Amino acid sequence: MTAADPTATAPAAGLRDAAPTTTTARRDPGPRRRKATRAAGTSLASTIAMVVIGIVFLVPLLWVVLASFDTEASLSVGWPKRWSLGNYAAIWNTETTFRPLANSLVLCGGATILTMVTAVLCAYPLSRYRFRAKRPLLLTIIFSTGLPITAIMIPVYSMFVQVNLIDSMGGAILFLGASSLPYAIFLTKGFMDGVPLEIEESAWTEGAGVYRTLWSVVLPLMRSGLSVATIFTFVSMWGNFFVPFMLLLSPDKLPAAVTLYTFSSQYGQVAYGQLAAFSIFYSLPVVVLYLFLGRNLGQGFAAAGGVKG
Amino acid sequence: MTTATPTTTAGAQVPTPRRRSRLGDRLTAVRAVPMLPAGILLVVFMLGPILYSLYLAFTDSAIRGEGASDTSFVGFTNFTDAFTDADFWNSVVLTLVFTLISAVIGQNVLGMLLALLMERANRLMTFTVTSIVIAAWILPEVVAGYLLYTFFADGGSLNTLLTSVGLPGQDLLFSAPIIAVSFANIWRGAAFSMLVYSAALSSVPGDVYESAALDGAGPVRRFVSVTIPLLRPAIATNLMLTTLQTLSVFGLIFIMTGGGPARQSQTLPLYMYEQAFSYGQLGYGTAVALLLLLIGALASVAYLRLLPEEDKR
Repeated sequence: MTAADPTATAPAAGLRDAAPTTTTARRDPGPRRRKATRAAGTSLASTIAMVVIGIVFLVPLLWVVLASFDTEASLSVGWPKRWSLGNYAAIWNTETTFRPLANSLVLCGGATILTMVTAVLCAYPLSRYRFRAKRPLLLTIIFSTGLPITAIMIPVYSMFVQVNLIDSMGGAILFLGASSLPYAIFLTKGFMDGVPLEIEESAWTEGAGVYRTLWSVVLPLMRSGLSVATIFTFVSMWGNFFVPFMLLLSPDKLPAAVTLYTFSSQYGQVAYGQLAAFSIFYSLPVVVLYLFLGRNLGQGFAAAGGVKG
Repeated sequence: MTTATPTTTAGAQVPTPRRRSRLGDRLTAVRAVPMLPAGILLVVFMLGPILYSLYLAFTDSAIRGEGASDTSFVGFTNFTDAFTDADFWNSVVLTLVFTLISAVIGQNVLGMLLALLMERANRLMTFTVTSIVIAAWILPEVVAGYLLYTFFADGGSLNTLLTSVGLPGQDLLFSAPIIAVSFANIWRGAAFSMLVYSAALSSVPGDVYESAALDGAGPVRRFVSVTIPLLRPAIATNLMLTTLQTLSVFGLIFIMTGGGPARQSQTLPLYMYEQAFSYGQLGYGTAVALLLLLIGALASVAYLRLLPEEDKR
């Protein structure tokens, strides 16, 4: 640690005075010991920096949890004077909570199934056969993953009005599914490339057809990759606000993302606690899915970062 | 991503007695059938709207009034209207400020810092803090919007914390709303960059650092001349992805400030929405959307130039 890294030097110096192990290091400044001290200092400084960042990130999250148990919640984070389930009880009904969540489930579940089935089917030929347009096609898919969906919502709205698909759950599912396809194809194709061809070839020689091989040989072998892609797709749809906000209108069809907005514009100014409780209900499924994903989370990112190429 | 990897071709050429396996072979019409459903969906719901927007942007299409019943072609009027509208330029500047502060600087630097800290800090703390940062990222956009609204609001958590340590309170949602929403976007997006960079860092072999250290390079020097060049592809890709995501952020700002007060946080997506739906000018809104796409395309081209030569092909 040189002077160029002040955050690391200061705690390292403090540690050298305090910890008994480092006193020996001072008496006998062997290169290995000094290196160990230095590493310990870096680790301490890094941990302190990490904790500071963590606290800043934690405060808004803490608010939603604490406020949801406090019927007199304010805008500021604070320990509830009296813990209560009153907020949850107040929103525990079909109108406010269950119907929007069911709508979200139909919308995002339907669109996820649509996306994943079509993505797997599309990824198979892309992964297994050669053709001249493959590279341009793949590049187009990769580029369209970056297409800001926000920017095409006005023409989509206008088209949906003309073909009478506005306020139709089916129409919203089709669009939401299609908009997630490029990324899903990209991820699925990458995972499918990792399944060795030899296993598949033996299935072929035993007389299994393409679809049978795909279903009973390839897919089971890419199970963890598929679950990553499916969860990524579902979670991004679950949080999507703009698409259902534009394409669905009737209150009884709106998913939780949109009713949370309407709820707050109606009662939000007074009922912060209920807003927090509803936010928790609405966020819970994605949190659970990510916990389920656990260590596999990295897989999607190695691909996203272009690290695997 | 390569067209025909050597293994694929070799696998196809393995001489088997009953050679029914044609994997790695050429694509025929029959073999392309599974691609059809995805192809149709993409053409109808993605390519369709893009092409339609190229038409819509040159018309006076509207929700009500003249353009609604009888849409007519108006040439470049929508674009010249945009270029002469002060509110449009206000939105362009705010969009660039928002993207620069929150994506290019905020998310990338904080994400890289967290990824570097992850490698050095105490295991348990690393796990706890990264979990918190990831939690901020996976929360739905609308929820994130509310949480950050309460954080920055007049009687919100930030002011409680500031006054408790004797500092004056802030009023960012009114005095500098674009800064407040930029911080909100950093809070929400830092995890993405952190995960991308930590995946990239873990692929850097450790002995590279050791030899750099033996040559007398300090930590800053090692970061600048070893880590950054090695991570260049990841940095360029991540900059591109976060920029494109940030350019199209709508819900977060819509919930926190609604673009206000007095358009002080009205980025292009919110301006576009206001023009198209509050004022009913679909044609004009689409023209603005195309300009937003153009900004995204220009940014992507710029980042692609950052990629090392061998990664471009």
